[in-house]
Amino acid sequence: MSAITRDEVAHLARLSRLALADEELDHFAAQLDQIVAAVARVAEVAADDIPPSSHALPLTNVFRPDEVRPSLTPEQALSGAPAVEDDRFRVPRILGEEA
Amino acid sequence: MADTETLMPYDEALERFEPVLGLETHVELGTESKMFCGCPTEFGAPPNTHVCPVCLALPGSLPVANAEAIESTIRIGLALNCTIAEWCRFARKNYFYPDMPKNYQISQYDEPLCTDGYLDVVVDGQTVRIEIERVHLEEDTGKSTHVGGATGRIHGADYSIVDYNRAGIPLVEIVTKPIPGTDRLAPEVARAYVTELRELMRALGVSDVRMEEGSLRCDVNVSLMPRGASEWGTRTETKNVNSLRSVERAVRGEIERQAAILADGGRIIQETRHFHEDTGRTTSGRSKEEAQDYRYFPEPDLLPMAPDPEWVASLKAELPELPSVRRGRLQAEWGVSDLDMAAMHNADAIDLVEATVAAGAPAADARKWWMGELARRANEAGKPLAELPITPAEVARVTELVASGALNDKLARQVLEGVLAGEGSPDDVVAKRGLQVVNDEGELLAIIDKVLAENADAADKVRSGKVAAAGALVGGVMKASRGKADAARARELILEKLGVS
Amino acid sequence: MTELLHKTAAELGRLIAAREVSAVEVTQAHLDRIAEVEPKVNAFLHVDPETTLAQARAVDERIAGGERLGPLAGVPVAHKDVFTTTDMPTTAGSKILEGWRPPYDATVTSRLREAGLVILGKTNLDEFAMGSSTENSAYGPTRNPWDLSRIPGGSSGGSSAAVAAYEAPLSTGTDTGGSIRQPAAVTGIVGMKPTYGGSSRYGLIAFASSLDTPGPFARNVLDAALLHEAFSGHDVMDSTSIHAHMPPVVEAARQADIAGLRVGVVKEFGGEGYQPGVLARFHEAVELLESLGAKVVEVSCPSFGYALPAYYLIAPSECSSNLARFDAMRYGLRVGDDGTRSAEEVMSMTRAAGFGPEVKRRIMLGTYALSSGYYDAYYGQAQKVRTLISRDFDAAFHQVDVLVSPTTPTTAFPIGERADDPMAMYLADLCTIPTNLAGNAAISVPCGLADEDGLPVGLQIMAPVLGDDRCYRVGAAVEKALEDRWGGSLLTKAPALEGLGYQHG
Repeated sequence: MSAITRDEVAHLARLSRLALADEELDHFAAQLDQIVAAVARVAEVAADDIPPSSHALPLTNVFRPDEVRPSLTPEQALSGAPAVEDDRFRVPRILGEEA
Repeated sequence: MADTETLMPYDEALERFEPVLGLETHVELGTESKMFCGCPTEFGAPPNTHVCPVCLALPGSLPVANAEAIESTIRIGLALNCTIAEWCRFARKNYFYPDMPKNYQISQYDEPLCTDGYLDVVVDGQTVRIEIERVHLEEDTGKSTHVGGATGRIHGADYSIVDYNRAGIPLVEIVTKPIPGTDRLAPEVARAYVTELRELMRALGVSDVRMEEGSLRCDVNVSLMPRGASEWGTRTETKNVNSLRSVERAVRGEIERQAAILADGGRIIQETRHFHEDTGRTTSGRSKEEAQDYRYFPEPDLLPMAPDPEWVASLKAELPELPSVRRGRLQAEWGVSDLDMAAMHNADAIDLVEATVAAGAPAADARKWWMGELARRANEAGKPLAELPITPAEVARVTELVASGALNDKLARQVLEGVLAGEGSPDDVVAKRGLQVVNDEGELLAIIDKVLAENADAADKVRSGKVAAAGALVGGVMKASRGKADAARARELILEKLGVS
Repeated sequence: MTELLHKTAAELGRLIAAREVSAVEVTQAHLDRIAEVEPKVNAFLHVDPETTLAQARAVDERIAGGERLGPLAGVPVAHKDVFTTTDMPTTAGSKILEGWRPPYDATVTSRLREAGLVILGKTNLDEFAMGSSTENSAYGPTRNPWDLSRIPGGSSGGSSAAVAAYEAPLSTGTDTGGSIRQPAAVTGIVGMKPTYGGSSRYGLIAFASSLDTPGPFARNVLDAALLHEAFSGHDVMDSTSIHAHMPPVVEAARQADIAGLRVGVVKEFGGEGYQPGVLARFHEAVELLESLGAKVVEVSCPSFGYALPAYYLIAPSECSSNLARFDAMRYGLRVGDDGTRSAEEVMSMTRAAGFGPEVKRRIMLGTYALSSGYYDAYYGQAQKVRTLISRDFDAAFHQVDVLVSPTTPTTAFPIGERADDPMAMYLADLCTIPTNLAGNAAISVPCGLADEDGLPVGLQIMAPVLGDDRCYRVGAAVEKALEDRWGGSLLTKAPALEGLGYQHG
């Protein structure tokens, strides 16, 4: 497995929305490299015919009936919001695609 | 914006290039509650009143899947002739966006509920089979309003305000396989497909499919390849296509735009484009300088779905009559040609004609009025036929009045005009405007005498056996009665008077 | 009323129900204890005597009104600050949620309330439950009551310390890779990880969804079973909740009989990296089981060696996605919103400022493991290891009724020792992780003190899925035999903390 470079950490930080300082990038690069080297051991298990488990237990088909339940009030919904305007969550300007 | 690209005229573009289409359609299901929580799905509620810990993604909240939404998705898949998965999972699609509360969308990735189906559409008398790649279930996002800035749009806005009422509404995504070979019919095929899909959703009763409210949304993929080439070109994905007409225009516009670029030696960039209703043009959206990596993985908060094959078979057996089958049946019942049926379909008139027939009108009459006078009126008003302020029952009443001889066609048109103008029911209009065929024989005979006296030459011709000349006399009677006379009766009486019966 | 502090929860519940003592008195005694020792222990992030006493008064009124409540009505409980509570802030030990007041109660919280338990406050934890020492809390470390220079385990270190320091008779925890069992072991108390899906995750701030399991802490096995029973069971709000009858945990804890039980010693857990004192106590416990009539055999679980690396791919992957919601838009911290910055910039600045280093590390590790191109080699392969571990357990439980091992390879280590060495820290969960990956039940009960440092050692008892009652049955048998030998609970050997703290004015 390839080692984790500083650039790769910068990319991961961008994908993860973490504005890391330069020294953090260096620090994390070294640590992540060490961790990845250790966890890469999972590749040693020859498991071509082994199905992956995404869940702890093999249960299926848990659904709820299509019934309305009480919603929060707008006051409750907005109670933790950093900024509110017109009963909506006010957020900084959004870059990217037009909705 | 700087999207002032040149376009190549459509005919020229099609002479040089062949289009390949792809359509991704999102349908908001008409369930009572949201996909993963119990909040209502009703459209147009005050902001942030249909939200709870789950659809706001408050810390600690968990999704539980709506059984009805899963059943609806399977029914859609079955109606589209898909294979229903015996075991599949939801997956998380990870990307950050403020209108998506969890910053991942619960969707399906490599294990959709329904795969490999098709939908046949008829365009220009020709049946085109649209192959369906997959039908899967996911959740909708919230809605941002962009505040400030010059345009009021996202670019240049100072900030945005977000309403999460829509977040978590179940959304079915229907993805076609690439559709080659449509040639110059590509825009019409695209439109016909979405129209057919919409009718299918209505027939299944799974969605109200109101495009103007966003409950059916379409992303249109288009690529071009030079004629004779075997490899498909780079495609663009046009989003925000929110009416049937726009689907057609978006395909046409994108063909014209791409053809101009390719003919100029340019390269198509794989990108998202946005359709503008006002101009019919597309503009470049998110630039993909960094390829999206959604880091899909199986949703650990939800268990796999394993629809029981017997249950699926029973759902299939209980599917309602599908629109294309219904059209075939109605065509046979009504005894109309393929061409007339296609015309009614394209004009969205089938439901209206059917309802008018159900209200008692003969099929031929119902079709005549909806596809004739009313279609003309709708066209003038620039609205869909169904939005004209007249009901099938009212149209049926007009046909009844004509059949009884109380109205003739000319008067019937005036009655329809009155109904459309809000003057009330057909009977109200007849009464208010005094529209009644003259069937008082005395009055009619008086008019005939007057007309015969004024047209002695013509009367003589008829007397001498030239019965064809009676037409002019009948015309005179109709004119003199301002259209209220019963033309057939007038003719009988004229011939009788002139002794040629 | 300090004698109230040393009573078991079962006894307190009985006294309160009999109205020999009021819930208010019991609560006040614990609030006083908290005021006394908290400055040294720092087990709690939030204590609000008024809110708590109001709950106690309400329970007293319900009892006075003749209402029949559960066996723990009026008994105080310390609640891990990763469960939402409408009447107390919920932070998950993170700056990013500082002061957040949830508009809803977690299912575990509501069940505690329904059973009449009195929530004393919210306990400290490693930020978002990521850690094995509680040093990763944004609000400072919790200290081990046995030795204040050492860690109380983690991530539920506030909950383990609160119970070990007699600040609460009971507490809640969550176990994702060992976060209940390991803190229980290093503080000399009982900690149970129920079968995954046996206790609801609704309102539990997620770390790794397919692993997180709420469970109880107590100073004895029966109390743990009573708390387990009080808040567990099926919940329609959690899709992964098991729709089955809860195993008879309380009955099993009372039964405490293991004659004829087949016990497997996991061959792979031992040897290098294990503290001699831990192994010595473990081997004594195995001999004890034999002396009580159990049949002990060695069992091999060859894939367990891959559990740790698989866990450190699966848990970070899930957390990278679970923690994406902390984005400064709807709740929590917002940093850098000066009117010029974009939402994306504000998200990134907030998350950089609001998350601590371990959380950032795991988010990036998970982002990496899920990235296209790496998914199959890391996440996909880790999920296959998960299957193999379940198969190992299945094979083992074919031969034996329970498996045993040390809970953790070492006793409590000094605060700061592994703080910047993630790999060393991760080893603390070596023996507990396989159970999380397979979803089965496991408990840690005290089995003595290590000779070299005099600190508690835990015995881990693992049972099959929905075999939670076996954990309690074996745990209670071991507890009874050892307490007979010791002449009381292991905690009586812990230093008294009285007088260490200053009195709150």
